[in-house]
Amino acid sequence: MSKSREKVVGVVGLYDDPSSLLRAAEGVRDAGFTRWDCHTPFPVHGLDRAMGLKSSPLPTLALTAGLIGVLAAFVLTGGLNALHYPIRIAGKPMLSWQAFVPIYFEMFVLFSALTIMGSLFVFCGLGRWHSPLHDSGVMSEITGARFAIVLGADDRMYSQADAKTLLEATGCRDIRPLVQFEEEDDAII
Amino acid sequence: MSVDTSSLAAPSLFVGDVTLRKLDDDIYRPLESFPTIRWWLAIAITGTLAAIFVLCAAYTVVRGIGVWGNNVPVAWAFDIVNFVFWIGIGHAGTLISAILFLFRQRWRTGIARFAEAMTVFAVICALQFPLLHTGRPWLAMFWLVPYPNGQGIYPNFRSPLEWDVFAVSTYGLVSAMFWFTGLLPDLATARDRAVHPFRKLVYGILSLGWKGSNRAWSHYEKAYLLFAGLSTPLVLSVHSIVSFDFAVSVIPGWHTTIFPPYFVAGAVFSGFAMVATLIIIMRKMFRLQHLVTDNHLELMNKIIIATSLMVGYAYAIELFIAWYGGVSYERYAFLNRALGPFAWAYWIMVTCNVLVPQLLWFKKVRRTVLLMYPIVLLVNVGMWFERFVIIVTSLHRDFLPSSWGDYKPTLIDFGLLVGSFGVFLTLMLLFCRFLPTIAATELKVILSESQSQGGGHE
Repeated sequence: MSKSREKVVGVVGLYDDPSSLLRAAEGVRDAGFTRWDCHTPFPVHGLDRAMGLKSSPLPTLALTAGLIGVLAAFVLTGGLNALHYPIRIAGKPMLSWQAFVPIYFEMFVLFSALTIMGSLFVFCGLGRWHSPLHDSGVMSEITGARFAIVLGADDRMYSQADAKTLLEATGCRDIRPLVQFEEEDDAII
Repeated sequence: MSVDTSSLAAPSLFVGDVTLRKLDDDIYRPLESFPTIRWWLAIAITGTLAAIFVLCAAYTVVRGIGVWGNNVPVAWAFDIVNFVFWIGIGHAGTLISAILFLFRQRWRTGIARFAEAMTVFAVICALQFPLLHTGRPWLAMFWLVPYPNGQGIYPNFRSPLEWDVFAVSTYGLVSAMFWFTGLLPDLATARDRAVHPFRKLVYGILSLGWKGSNRAWSHYEKAYLLFAGLSTPLVLSVHSIVSFDFAVSVIPGWHTTIFPPYFVAGAVFSGFAMVATLIIIMRKMFRLQHLVTDNHLELMNKIIIATSLMVGYAYAIELFIAWYGGVSYERYAFLNRALGPFAWAYWIMVTCNVLVPQLLWFKKVRRTVLLMYPIVLLVNVGMWFERFVIIVTSLHRDFLPSSWGDYKPTLIDFGLLVGSFGVFLTLMLLFCRFLPTIAATELKVILSESQSQGGGHE
């Protein structure tokens, strides 16, 4: 792996406890940044509001997928046992939907759960090997026990000096540049 | 009048001075150090048992299921007993991870990960038995899933056995996804703590590049809540549907409406006993007594005694309804259970599941490992016998005495039973060695809130 050049892609401020992170996040939100994020070792309650995040669309997706699952189960059971190859069993009607309810339910859960898992991949941006946080060497501090605010250089509001001042104003005492390696040899993954 | 509320406060979930850093060090130590001699000894034993399972399964497949003791009228025996037993074991995992999560029982965090792993491995063990029972496991796939046979006929979706296919496969899949979702942030921690490049690579791939971003946490927490919400009715449905395999038939002793709740309560009962059995060894083996405390064990024992009473009530009401219903076959089925050729199995079941757990009323018993351990072991035994009693005694004498029969298991039957424990315990030991056994991330939330006096969050 060659690490010939480093590019500065933002600035990262590290905090030692969740409450100071919360206050700082409110400050950054009010300053009008959009390309920024907080990184924490565990979910911090109230941080969504402090960052001004909209609530996740996952529940709607999960319900929709579940209902599609029920429909699929209805077509599968009714279509096969009543239309494609009708078999009369115990004198029950061909489309005895009551007997298929357990399958409707299981298919609701299955479709819904698979959709949640898939959406999690998309929404959380999972499945990526590299990140500037790893390149800057702050990731292990975050998953350990520290709390970070990252301001991205691609934000309209961003300038190196301003970003640092903003973080200092929130009481941050550990501010580092966020770097990304260029020309990395991606062949190993 | 002042009220003393100190006794109402939640019991402490930590022993001693625990910090965020020390928490990680303790939880990740088994992953990051060479296994102890105790671990190697344990896996040597369980690995041998697992090998016995493989041998017995291979013998069954090569010679056919005639090597088992099953024969008409007892066409379902050890195989289905083991299937129901293992599915039941898994239920405690989902109860702890999903239902206790929805009820905001914070003590669940110490044992949730371990119990969820148990669920996944128990479902793996359970699946072996119906597959072997078909006699040709390589074709079972085509018989179980909706796929037409040679005449173009599809499976009968009105059959509880087909419901079971959907229920158990969904349950296995959803439990595995729920487990993995919970593991994700902890795997990221393992990745960032790793020093060796190979370890970094493996945990790096498993953690899917999790960065602890709050934009991700926001979706993640919602996903976790939804998984818990889906798993709760799912776990109730799975053992209900398993019980339909019996209840929907017309065999006396099986054809009862009490079966679904009775099976679910029994599953939770046996599952908690299994969690207690294993977690006591695990916390000793990896020195985690300050994170899985005696308070945790006591709370688990309380659930065990509660479910023991539910199961005991079910035994009593079954007898009562058999008498009150006035159907002579039904009456005979239950008299035969308690006094017939398999009475010994019935009384082992009653003793282990209803009588012995009453000792857990004493606080001293609930909190002393040496006293509670034999009890939870006996509950495991008793719950296996419960399924044996339900399945074998009902089948061996049904309606006409001319169609009655006897049942004797063979050595292969015992080999598969003992061997399935080997497979299960080997998987558990590997899990303890390679993955964080305690949900470190969730524990950090509790720890940080208890340090900041619990206030300040929504």
